[in-house]
Amino acid sequence: MKKLTLAAAAFALTAGMGMAQTVRIATEGAYPPYNLINDQGQVAGFEVDLGNELCKRAELQCTWVKNDWDSIIPNLVSSNYDAIMAAMSINEERKQVIAFTEDYLPPAPSSYVALDEGANLETGIVAVQTGTVQASHIADTQATMLEYPNIDQVFAAVRNGEADAAFGDHEVMRPFVEDSDDLIFVGEQVRLDEGIGIGVRQSDNELREKLNGAIAAMKQDGSLNALIKTHFGEDAQTYE
Amino acid sequence: MLSHCTDPSALQGLAWLSCYLTTGNHMLFYASFGTVLLLLAITAPVALLFGFGGAMASRSRIAGVRWFGRIYTSMVRGVPDIIFFLFVPIALDQGFEWLRSRVYCDPSVPVRQGNEFIVCAAAKLPLSTSPEWVHQAYGIFLAVIAFAVVFGAFAANVLHGAMNAVPRAQLETAEAYGMTPRQVNRRILVPQMWTYALPGLANLWMILIKATPLLFVLGVEDIVYWARELGGAKTRAYAYPHPDWRLYYFLAILVFYLLMTWGSERIFDRIRARLSRGQATAAGEAMRKAAT
Repeated sequence: MKKLTLAAAAFALTAGMGMAQTVRIATEGAYPPYNLINDQGQVAGFEVDLGNELCKRAELQCTWVKNDWDSIIPNLVSSNYDAIMAAMSINEERKQVIAFTEDYLPPAPSSYVALDEGANLETGIVAVQTGTVQASHIADTQATMLEYPNIDQVFAAVRNGEADAAFGDHEVMRPFVEDSDDLIFVGEQVRLDEGIGIGVRQSDNELREKLNGAIAAMKQDGSLNALIKTHFGEDAQTYE
Repeated sequence: MLSHCTDPSALQGLAWLSCYLTTGNHMLFYASFGTVLLLLAITAPVALLFGFGGAMASRSRIAGVRWFGRIYTSMVRGVPDIIFFLFVPIALDQGFEWLRSRVYCDPSVPVRQGNEFIVCAAAKLPLSTSPEWVHQAYGIFLAVIAFAVVFGAFAANVLHGAMNAVPRAQLETAEAYGMTPRQVNRRILVPQMWTYALPGLANLWMILIKATPLLFVLGVEDIVYWARELGGAKTRAYAYPHPDWRLYYFLAILVFYLLMTWGSERIFDRIRARLSRGQATAAGEAMRKAAT
């Protein structure tokens, strides 16, 4: 009898999987190396590789959707897609609206970028990407904040003198700074978030549990650390 | 993809440029010009149909229909376009999904749960299992409806004015021949009104062409999306790194729109000449004098 119940349960499980719905994951596609649109016009980057691996481990069918950053949470809430993987830091403000999985990247430092060493970071004009944790941080300082829809325009604002400095995720800004001959990192790094996680709807516990399981497994066997190193370099912060 | 493009970092000058301009996402950029043209080709007739319906409705002898036509034209014309472009697709999408959820899902489960709008998987539109092009096509479909609603209201106003401009004497003559109101409409009013409607409609067409960048607001990947995406500074994370080139991409789009409007002007000139022939208007009179 016990065997029969087990078999029935196993059958029910596999039958459920057979009817599995496609999980649509949204990303911005303009935040290298986290996510970007590659030269074939497809989404790529750390999060795409990670997401595909997580889906494989959690036995989910996944597809990717591009969505602008500023409407990425409203469109999740109105069910245009099922998950967000777009370098979204876990914080209290966002937790009121959506739910997060475990973090898949440890808390990352944020940095200031300017054209010269003497830029006024305390009371000057600082450019940020709208709706980011960096934007909320600048709003709490004495500086005047200018918000832009994507990171390109944040740098453009510093270059053409609209802003004294830019403030953003260190890993995103690093390649821009290293490639350019005018931009430099200035001031102290700031630590703001609780790590980066996958955003899901608050009612979607099933998906969150599945993804949590996969993330935990990848942390356990070191494959997450390996993936972080291939995308962010050997010096990147990894999990213990 | 050209054969010599396997290692972009080793290329220089024109060779680099030829590879750069033929990457997959540049191909998508070129294809997005097609998206814009397709949207214009579909929207213009649909909007004209909406406009025709609106104009006929606001001339109707049935009070309810007349009010509907008048409210439609004056309400849509009085609200900023962008509000409608944001409102109509979301309202339609959620409306469709709500209707489907009443049929395919358990009706006792509300679609609004807290701040979330959720319908069961079977009621999703498009289904989450459908391929990406279906999602794109659905997005364009909603955009077409939004454009048609807005431009239909303007077209309705133009056509309404044009119908009133047809000389009363012509309609009276038709009535004297014993035609019913329906016959007068079909045989005299509608064929004769186009010459009066054309300047207004041509104007609307120009505005419609210039309004297509709003597609970008609706999340359709149009030429503005790709210009911003491709023109933005690219770091070493990409195969073809380059500084901020948005200026050149936007310049290309500017030329495209100028060519579009310039071409349309010429076509409208021809139609205008065709429609003025034999009309009791100043343009028709001028043609008669030139011929003799």
